[in-house]
Amino acid sequence: MISFGDNKISKNRTINRRMFILGAAKIIFLTGIVGRLFSLQISESSKYKYLSDKNRLREWKIPPQRGIIEDYFGNVIAANDQVFQLHIIPEQVENFNYLMLRLKNTINFNDKQIKAIYKKKSKQKPWETLIASDNLTWSQFSKLNLFLHELSGVKPVLSIARNYPYAKDLVHVLGYVGEASPSDINNYEFIKENHVPGLRVGKTGLEKALEKDLIGKYGIKRFEVNAYGKRINELDFSSGQQGKNFRTTIDLEIQIYAQKILKDKSGSICLMDIYTGDIIALASSPTFNPNSFIHGIKSEEWKEIKANPLKPLINKSIAGLYSPGSTIKPLVALSALEFDVIKPSMTVQCKGHDEPTELYGQKYHCWKEKGHGFMKLRNAIKQSCDTYFYEVARLLGVDRLSITAKKYGLGNELLKGFYFEEKKGIVPNTKWKKNTLGRGWVLGETLITGIGQGYISSTPLQLCLMTAHLANGGFRIKPRIVDDGSISFEDIKAKIENQLYETALIPNLNALEDTEPKFLEPMFRNHENIKFVCDAMYGSTNELYGTSYSSRIEDEKYQFAGKTGTSQVKRITEAEREADLKISEIPYEERDHALYVAFGPYKNPRYSVSILIEHGGTGSSTAAPIAKKIFKKVINRHQEREDIRKKRGQII
Amino acid sequence: MLGQRLNVDAGSFFEKIRSIDYLLIIIILILGIISSFAMYSTDGGEFLYHTKSHILRFGIFFVLFLVLSFVQTKVWHRIGYIFYFVILFMLFWVLYFGVTASGSQRWISLYVFNLQPSELMKIAIIISFAKFYHRTKSMEVNRIKNVVQPLVTLTIPIFLVIAQPDLGTAILIAGTGISVMWLSGLNLKYFVYSFLILMVTAPFAISLLKPYQKLRVLTFFNPDRDPLGAGYQIIQSKIAVGSGGVTGKGFLKGTQGYLEFLPEKHTDFIFTLFSEEFGFVGSIFLLILYVILIYRIILIGFKNRNYFGKLYCFGFASAIFIYVMVNMSMVLGILPIVGSPLPIMSYGGSSMLATMMGLSIVMGCKIYAKELIA
Repeated sequence: MISFGDNKISKNRTINRRMFILGAAKIIFLTGIVGRLFSLQISESSKYKYLSDKNRLREWKIPPQRGIIEDYFGNVIAANDQVFQLHIIPEQVENFNYLMLRLKNTINFNDKQIKAIYKKKSKQKPWETLIASDNLTWSQFSKLNLFLHELSGVKPVLSIARNYPYAKDLVHVLGYVGEASPSDINNYEFIKENHVPGLRVGKTGLEKALEKDLIGKYGIKRFEVNAYGKRINELDFSSGQQGKNFRTTIDLEIQIYAQKILKDKSGSICLMDIYTGDIIALASSPTFNPNSFIHGIKSEEWKEIKANPLKPLINKSIAGLYSPGSTIKPLVALSALEFDVIKPSMTVQCKGHDEPTELYGQKYHCWKEKGHGFMKLRNAIKQSCDTYFYEVARLLGVDRLSITAKKYGLGNELLKGFYFEEKKGIVPNTKWKKNTLGRGWVLGETLITGIGQGYISSTPLQLCLMTAHLANGGFRIKPRIVDDGSISFEDIKAKIENQLYETALIPNLNALEDTEPKFLEPMFRNHENIKFVCDAMYGSTNELYGTSYSSRIEDEKYQFAGKTGTSQVKRITEAEREADLKISEIPYEERDHALYVAFGPYKNPRYSVSILIEHGGTGSSTAAPIAKKIFKKVINRHQEREDIRKKRGQII
Repeated sequence: MLGQRLNVDAGSFFEKIRSIDYLLIIIILILGIISSFAMYSTDGGEFLYHTKSHILRFGIFFVLFLVLSFVQTKVWHRIGYIFYFVILFMLFWVLYFGVTASGSQRWISLYVFNLQPSELMKIAIIISFAKFYHRTKSMEVNRIKNVVQPLVTLTIPIFLVIAQPDLGTAILIAGTGISVMWLSGLNLKYFVYSFLILMVTAPFAISLLKPYQKLRVLTFFNPDRDPLGAGYQIIQSKIAVGSGGVTGKGFLKGTQGYLEFLPEKHTDFIFTLFSEEFGFVGSIFLLILYVILIYRIILIGFKNRNYFGKLYCFGFASAIFIYVMVNMSMVLGILPIVGSPLPIMSYGGSSMLATMMGLSIVMGCKIYAKELIA
């Protein structure tokens, strides 16, 4: 009994003592937990709050709205139109195969479209929006809305997409948009930043070059999502910002007219204001429909465009390179006069094919078989005598010619920053040949350069600018396609007249230096030389025996002065020269390109034009008549153009 | 003297009612209410399955608790070993005929609900140990025979539970058993030696773990190792608790829970959800409730006059403490993720049954504090 009691007492003592020790240990553990709670919920709380928000919030970008592009008169030429889209959220679709069947039956999706949807679906997460179609017709859209209650996970959406109302007529000016490719996204930071699935970005032309300003700023929808990424609540919305709008210098009516003239032909028409450099028309043919690219072009259509031998994808006005042919002769003459190599009175006898110019055993023929006879400079330009210009070129030399040619606009990109596809062309000189071809310059090459053949190549727009420079009295202007309101016609006109007054007294030796002229800088040594060349061009169009005499307009209001050109695409063999085939007898690809440059009205000129018809035959027969139409059109519209210009001037 | 004791023994009904520990009951009720609200929150603020079922269970088991409170301590003492063997048999049964869910075989289907015997083993081990040490004389506690016997008693169910596999419950059973052995006055050297042996054999033990268990241990040491896989639970749980801040996001406003970032939010991670919604203040309040609960149990133990009751109360208090600590440490990223529920708060019938049963024995100890057991 006693032992039992002792045992009990000692046992109770032990258990109480041990309970105390255990209790102490518990307090230590408890402190640990409290400390941990404190560190998580108080010390590091802000970090975990951030992580929690990161967990629960997801942002969806709303596609940015592109800026609108207008013509000179404010007509919209690149618009944003409402489109009907079909969005599918695959996660919310009960039976995807059944849905596809329904789409096939109710809104007539074809097998190809269905296949494309499956392909898209396999590439993205099930909760991401799948754009099954972005150009539903109204009837498809309304039918879809009718059956909507039966189709879960399907959303008909009203959205905005690019539309080109004057599709084919302006594609070479505007370019087109298409779905952003991985390389678009990687190469351009502003595309990456604004990218949303299905975003359309510029692929060519102004749309591509002005992308940074056109694209706008994406909007944001902020959602609360669960752990599986499903949207639970919309929390925030910001609508984004539309891209910058642009007004171009294009006159829609003339542009459409020019495209119409070029229909079924391959070629280009450029029309420019000789003072402001405004490009009024920039036509290129053949063309294609840019609207086909917006929602993904059909492969047959794309193949057809690609396979067309007339190359509709190329903007011939700025990306087509051609030998300028005889259109360069006024410039060669000007260069020779400026460098004081010849006098206008220099006489050369052209004996035709009987006795062509000979150099180191090589014969250089004039185009006219019977020869022009005794020629002075004015007549040589007027009648486009090759023999005369062989002699001028020989005396001038290619290096001096290249100085003048570059000053007047050849061999340079004219619309840098507006068209990535623009070509520079070539203005050859001895140094150029040594550097690029590694061989020395040959005198024979100088002779053919003098008639615009050989290495020399230019875009039609460059020829148009060259003509504008001659027409405005030899002052440097800058062609422009976007009218940003920074240039005023009156200012330019006044500056030019001021400088004309000054340069009449002091010869401007700068003109003979190989330097890049500044804006509105005079590019002549003696203004009389410019006047002489323009007068010769007048003769070429408006006097008997002039090469474009048949295309003249006698009414002074429309009267223009020009120079024809016929550029050979291959060397003419002796046998061919003797055969003297008619155009229709020569294979299309071997026919000459027809060119024409002109400015008008002759008294008080304002516009310059360049026309190129690929494989069109001679400049006088094919190209010059087109100039006649263009001048009629633009001068008829002159008053209207001036009115709007003055109205804008007053606003500023 | 004896008669007087017997009188007390068979004390009147009113005396029994008077000797009930009302504070304990209030704490249990508060925990029950809090857990019901937490469950309502896991259901996304709707009165759905988990909430209904939890409230129903709490109600039934609370009544059971009250009824069983009036069972004399000596009855528990008498059936101590039988209880243990019945549960042990159930564990064997589970091994072969148990119901499988999420990869482990833990339940016996009883049609009305599935019973998880490993939860009941947590209580059975305390009762059987309390009985064993009640009968063992003070000086005999450290005899080899008396050390080996409880160890075997403890090891068999542990291995059975690990085999299910359910490491969490096994650890809780082991922890409970070891605390009771400590309380019984087992020589300190045994604990030191076992600790050393454990340290040496730990690498081998880890190599015996199931791959997913190994992964949990590895993930514990570096949760960012695989943030969307095994580390996901720890990371999301820490984010939930941390983002709760001082006062929490508010009831039903815990985004981590509501938006389903939290795994197992109604069972093992219920504290995380609660902590996200009620913050540091709420967590400390909950912690204080548990501290009071444990303190009351210990107090009842102190006042108990028989060794069985004393050891049981101390053992059960330690067990509750271990459950709470292991669960909280786990969700706060202090311990690896092992399945261990938070007593009363977590959803789960067997766990609630075991806890309430354990509490009723404690209450019995209070009511029959002066009872003597031979």
